Amino acid sequence: MTIQFNTETFRDDYSFRNSDWAIKRFPFPFHEDSYMYSVNMEQHRGGPAGSVYEKRFDVDEHYVSEMADRAIVLAEDPLRCQSLPHMTLAGWDTLELIMVSKSEDYPDLFELHRDGDRWRWINKPMGIDHTFTFLDETTLPCGPLEYITRQAQGDYAVLDQRGDMLYMDAGMVTTQADWSLDFDIGMDFFEWHAPVPLAHEMGIFKRALKFLLNIQQGAPARRLNWTMTVNPLLDTSPENYHKWGVQKTTLTPENIGAKQHLRVELQTFYRLPRSNALLFPIRCYLIAFQDLVTVPKWGRRLHRVVRDLPEELATYKGFIANRPLMLDYLSRYDDGLPTSPGIWPDLETEPPLQT
Amino acid sequence: MSAAPQKAKAGAEKIEVTVSAVVPLNPLVTRFEFTRRDGQPFPPFSAGAHTVVEMRDGARTRLNPYSLMSDPGDSSIYAISVRRDDQGRGGSLFLHNQVKVGDPMTITYPVNLFPLDLRGRKHVFLAGGIGITPFLAMIAHLERMGGAWELHYSCRSKELGTYVDELTYKHPNKVHVYFDDQDQAIGLEDLLDGQPLGTHVYVCGPKGMIDWVHATAAAHGWPDENVHSEEFLAPQPGKPFEVRLCKSDITIQVGEHESLLEAMERCGVDAPFLCRGGACGQCETDVVSSDGDFVHRDHWLDDDEHASGKKIMPCVSRFVGKSLVLDR
Amino acid sequence: MSKFQFPPSISSRPVYGTLEPRPGKAHLMIADAEGAEALLDLAASDAALFANAHIIYIPKDTGETYVERLRALGPAQFYVGPSYAASVQRIRRVLSDAHMGLQVYLAGTEGLMGQAQNEAMQAGIPHGAIQTEHRGSVARRMQCVHCKGITEDVTTDPFVCSHCGLNLFVRDHYSRRLAAFQGVCIDAEDPGNVPEPVELYK
Repeated sequence: MTIQFNTETFRDDYSFRNSDWAIKRFPFPFHEDSYMYSVNMEQHRGGPAGSVYEKRFDVDEHYVSEMADRAIVLAEDPLRCQSLPHMTLAGWDTLELIMVSKSEDYPDLFELHRDGDRWRWINKPMGIDHTFTFLDETTLPCGPLEYITRQAQGDYAVLDQRGDMLYMDAGMVTTQADWSLDFDIGMDFFEWHAPVPLAHEMGIFKRALKFLLNIQQGAPARRLNWTMTVNPLLDTSPENYHKWGVQKTTLTPENIGAKQHLRVELQTFYRLPRSNALLFPIRCYLIAFQDLVTVPKWGRRLHRVVRDLPEELATYKGFIANRPLMLDYLSRYDDGLPTSPGIWPDLETEPPLQT
Repeated sequence: MSAAPQKAKAGAEKIEVTVSAVVPLNPLVTRFEFTRRDGQPFPPFSAGAHTVVEMRDGARTRLNPYSLMSDPGDSSIYAISVRRDDQGRGGSLFLHNQVKVGDPMTITYPVNLFPLDLRGRKHVFLAGGIGITPFLAMIAHLERMGGAWELHYSCRSKELGTYVDELTYKHPNKVHVYFDDQDQAIGLEDLLDGQPLGTHVYVCGPKGMIDWVHATAAAHGWPDENVHSEEFLAPQPGKPFEVRLCKSDITIQVGEHESLLEAMERCGVDAPFLCRGGACGQCETDVVSSDGDFVHRDHWLDDDEHASGKKIMPCVSRFVGKSLVLDR
Repeated sequence: MSKFQFPPSISSRPVYGTLEPRPGKAHLMIADAEGAEALLDLAASDAALFANAHIIYIPKDTGETYVERLRALGPAQFYVGPSYAASVQRIRRVLSDAHMGLQVYLAGTEGLMGQAQNEAMQAGIPHGAIQTEHRGSVARRMQCVHCKGITEDVTTDPFVCSHCGLNLFVRDHYSRRLAAFQGVCIDAEDPGNVPEPVELYK
């Protein structure tokens, strides 16, 4: 498969677009017509051909432009990538995992040649051909975590595991759903999730922690999470909230289909072999409402989920004020027909929208 | 993606290996080295990790955890060192008496329940007997990374001092050995005194030694978080007993020389596990009803849970009494 | 009356205890203002502790109120500093010379305890092993998540960032590494619409 990389922006003129290919493979997060928190973990061992689950680290048409956007964010605010001193080995683990996975999964795009600790890494889409010494930081232009995650889509949290607890001790965070690595670095699992409503009371985080602590080498896991974003803005950071927050007020009945995006995180979890840390990649996928409703099943279901979502969750996810506008729009794509179970588009079997 | 919760898998991922070397080290301890049958390098591992070795002993399958003691930086072999236990249930005897170079075996991916705290300014290792094994991997790791460490190693005698010569030759200033038969003992209070802030202590050895280290460190004002220990319990034999597994809708017999977990597996009931030694918590099982006494031997459940009669760790714990019904 | 019961909150918000004597080779005690009362209470339960104690005390606006009473406890070392900033070099030096078995006791305002705890953690003591007891002012040390500037002694919500001037609301989300609560722009989605500041815990 050869990927045609888009030239697009995630800021200013927002020229980001999904191709038909990207729309059909979008990781729609709702397996039924309603939503509530759940741990919803499953093994991360491939998935249907062409789906975002197929490869260990999905590369798609947005790769080159997302990396350019990350470089802009880091130039403005280098604190978006940080690693506490004891996490350097986990950074090397991350570099190794991503380089090995990408070179095996996308041999036409990435190559890794290893001669002992002398490694040559070729990243064709980004025009990188670099030889360095594994475990020797002085041979890289920056730390190993930053080096490799400047070349890998999605955010990366690296969690140290100590005494039955996970600590957010390193990360690369530029495409986040409104949380700050600079503020949260060093926190334990319950502390960095502290602002999330309802889930603590439901015991969600206790169960999730127990699951994550027991993720073992060779057996990665994954889950989906979601929120809403006005404009295809990757960097919805608290740092810049005073700049982007106002964009939420720009929705109108005329522009909502193009401006309002469903934002989905494909979260994966890997036990890192040398450091025993847990790597938590959080890959962000964006889709405009007008593209999403071209899949009839998704249009019907999204309307029902948004309509029935508890108020606390709509507030936490930041779209309580825009919910009426969203429902006006989405209701036009919900004819009341039942939907098939599961997340897949089922374009062949689900009926078109009845008007 | 489905929303169905995933059934916990029994054990970690497996690796098919060939026994590449069997090296007797002294009258009690033998090293077993493995190479991969598919020719691939072994996955890297973190120092302190163990592997579970699957042993096909006639109709019986034994699954025993052993610390990986080879150099974590060497992906060509994995090695374990096993002390023969003549009173044990036969796992170590099987390895010592029946496993030969060239034998195919199955082991699991590394699982680490005894990791180094990588924040540590200095790492102090306290080993008793065969408890030396995880420290060999930790020492190799710290030597490569330039970490500060020292080892205090207590053995019965020179003859039974596994790896003593190698360790003292390579690290004469960092390794301190104490022989019981020469009335030498680790001077724990002195060595805890004066360690720099951020020092971590790790102990692997008999239960008495572990308890002694925890208690002495606490009395000297050391935070619990800076004292680490690992003790794999071997399941102990006991009187046979009967168990009703209500989810599986069967009644099984647990023999004198098998654990409850092994009896469940023998009858086709998979329970999740990682360590099989009472430490990882994976096989924790709810008790539906019981009439009798539990023999709890794990490190996982706390005292209240042990007293409650509501939970059991089937890898090491047993039951004596009239009836036991479990939620499996 | 220097004790205040903080209302229950989210799990990142620090919870403070009551200082108690613990076994150890040496005892480092850092307090500000009414935090002195917690050290005096500690002395009442175990006066012998102070023979191996180093007290670092910052009176703030309590002036001489507690100084002589603390000195009378007979600590091995006693330092009275004019401010935390003036004392922090000394704290770092004491921690870098210290050994395992050191017990750390912090008492007083949240800002003092948070910053001193951070120093002790960086020196290698796990935060769970550091004792804290809140006394005195309930003012908060706030970080502006936008400009990263720290505003000390915040007593109202919302407040104006002393660095960038944004109107910030006071969250309970707390970073031990920064020793600060998080302040977030309150009028980002409706510029200019800033509610009247109210006193914290009112």
